[in-house]
Amino acid sequence: MKQLLNTLYVMTQGAYLSLDHETVRVEVNGDLKLQVPLHHLGSIVTMGNVMISPFFLGKCADDGRAVVILDRNGRYKCRMVGKTNGNVLLRQAQYQAGQDDDHTTAIAAAMTAGKVKNARNVLLRSARESGDPEEERHLRKSADIQAEALFHLKSARDTDHVRGLEGEAAAAYFDVFTLMMKPAERDSLPMNGRNRRPPLDPVNALISFLYTLLLNDCISAVEGVGLDPQMGFLHVPRPGRPSLGLDLMEEFRAFMADRLAVTLINRKQITLEHFEPRPGGAVYLNEKGRKEVVAAWQKRKQEETEHPLLAEKTLIGLVPHLQARLLARHLRGDLESYVPYIHP
Amino acid sequence: MNNTSDPIPISALEHYAYCPRQCALIHVERVWDENLYTMRGRDVHERVHDDSSHEAAGIRMERSLPVWCRRLNLTGKADLVEFCGDTPYPVEYKSGHRRRGVPETVQLCAQAICLEEMLGLAVGKGAIFWHGSRERQEIVFTEAMRRQVEEVSATVSDMLEKRMVPPPANDKRCEGCSLKESCLPSVVADKDRGRRAARELFEAKP
Ligand code: SF4
Repeated sequence: MKQLLNTLYVMTQGAYLSLDHETVRVEVNGDLKLQVPLHHLGSIVTMGNVMISPFFLGKCADDGRAVVILDRNGRYKCRMVGKTNGNVLLRQAQYQAGQDDDHTTAIAAAMTAGKVKNARNVLLRSARESGDPEEERHLRKSADIQAEALFHLKSARDTDHVRGLEGEAAAAYFDVFTLMMKPAERDSLPMNGRNRRPPLDPVNALISFLYTLLLNDCISAVEGVGLDPQMGFLHVPRPGRPSLGLDLMEEFRAFMADRLAVTLINRKQITLEHFEPRPGGAVYLNEKGRKEVVAAWQKRKQEETEHPLLAEKTLIGLVPHLQARLLARHLRGDLESYVPYIHP
Repeated sequence: MNNTSDPIPISALEHYAYCPRQCALIHVERVWDENLYTMRGRDVHERVHDDSSHEAAGIRMERSLPVWCRRLNLTGKADLVEFCGDTPYPVEYKSGHRRRGVPETVQLCAQAICLEEMLGLAVGKGAIFWHGSRERQEIVFTEAMRRQVEEVSATVSDMLEKRMVPPPANDKRCEGCSLKESCLPSVVADKDRGRRAARELFEAKP
């Protein structure tokens, strides 16, 4: 199995990245904090006020290593990539599929089925672990709603129908989200459904931040195989919006981001002190919180899993890349349908 | 649209001889996986590929020499051509250990055919240098080899023109193939597996 190239996340404000032969130097106020070989570095992600030397940027462009710039809260700003590894035939196929309603619906339905099925598995797992019969019942009920959505997705009429089913399933999922957290944690980190832009409570701030990390990985995966990240199937293409990146991340949300958020909270690795409330009610992770989450994220990506369709062992962090390839092979006509990854 | 006049890269012949799909993935789809295998391969080539001529022990060495053949519409670069007197002797550098491989000989023989046309001289021999085991293997270009170069050139030309991507080999070759990750030979070859997974996707197991 291909190796998982590392991502270097630089979050220290005022840091300076420069090229030193085949390594990158990270300096803060003139002090060398870190020096890493470029060989196994697949991408660089900076958050906030981080400076990068032009030589280092040029080197990354040559090597095909993406540099992603986020603001301090992890919101996406831009992504610098070198020469397009242009597979124009693949993009043509992607646009053709996007013009064909039946094909678009089939892909969107498969992607949504992946999302819903993985959400259901997360709910069922929490139900099994729950000590409270009443709460277990709620979790199972929500899992049943996911199963129902799955059933209807199979014969979805069009993409609007798919989106409607997705919306209902997601609402039922977030209704019981806090039941996956331990009761003590629910009291200290209360949550009222899903909210974003901006997140209004710590749990939403945490999930949003994880989604940003996941989205960046999915955009990289999509671009890595030569697909156009803006041309999505489930998400309507809109200028500036990484619709296909958003499409691809759907199947990973529950087990990669949500489940990780719950684990971090239940293990008290993330507590109230990791958040920063802003006047007016928005809530974000603070620097300490971001560091904790990024470390956990990187660790999670190194975990092994079995890919059901490929029948191969792989690392969780590589699954978005594998899925992007399966999608590319489907669009090029090698595979009859796109099959999302279902986490075992 | 007419792209029949686009010359065929000589490397495409080698790829085709290894696996037709590999050739199509690289030259039609332009897929290239950067894994350790290819990175190492690139290092070897970067070293031989700084274009230069120099002479040692009466042998003139041309590194990274552009070669082409109008008759077969081929183009490429020879890693190294040694000139002993007038006679050119192409040497192809390969990472890894010595293998008994048809693909490498097809590539080398194609270079010889190019040199013959370019220089109007007969090129009877060449060598493959295996970087991993540091072995040099001499190849004598036979009639059969030359015919194979012609056949493969015609087939590859057709494939590139029609932008065809053949189905995967899905055999032992895939183990040593640097494009396995993009090619996905097992799933693409096994249609039933994909169909089953697509069906089961919408089923909710209790
Ligand atoms: S993985 Fe196998 S089928 Fe695919 S290109 Fe390589 S050798 Fe050919």
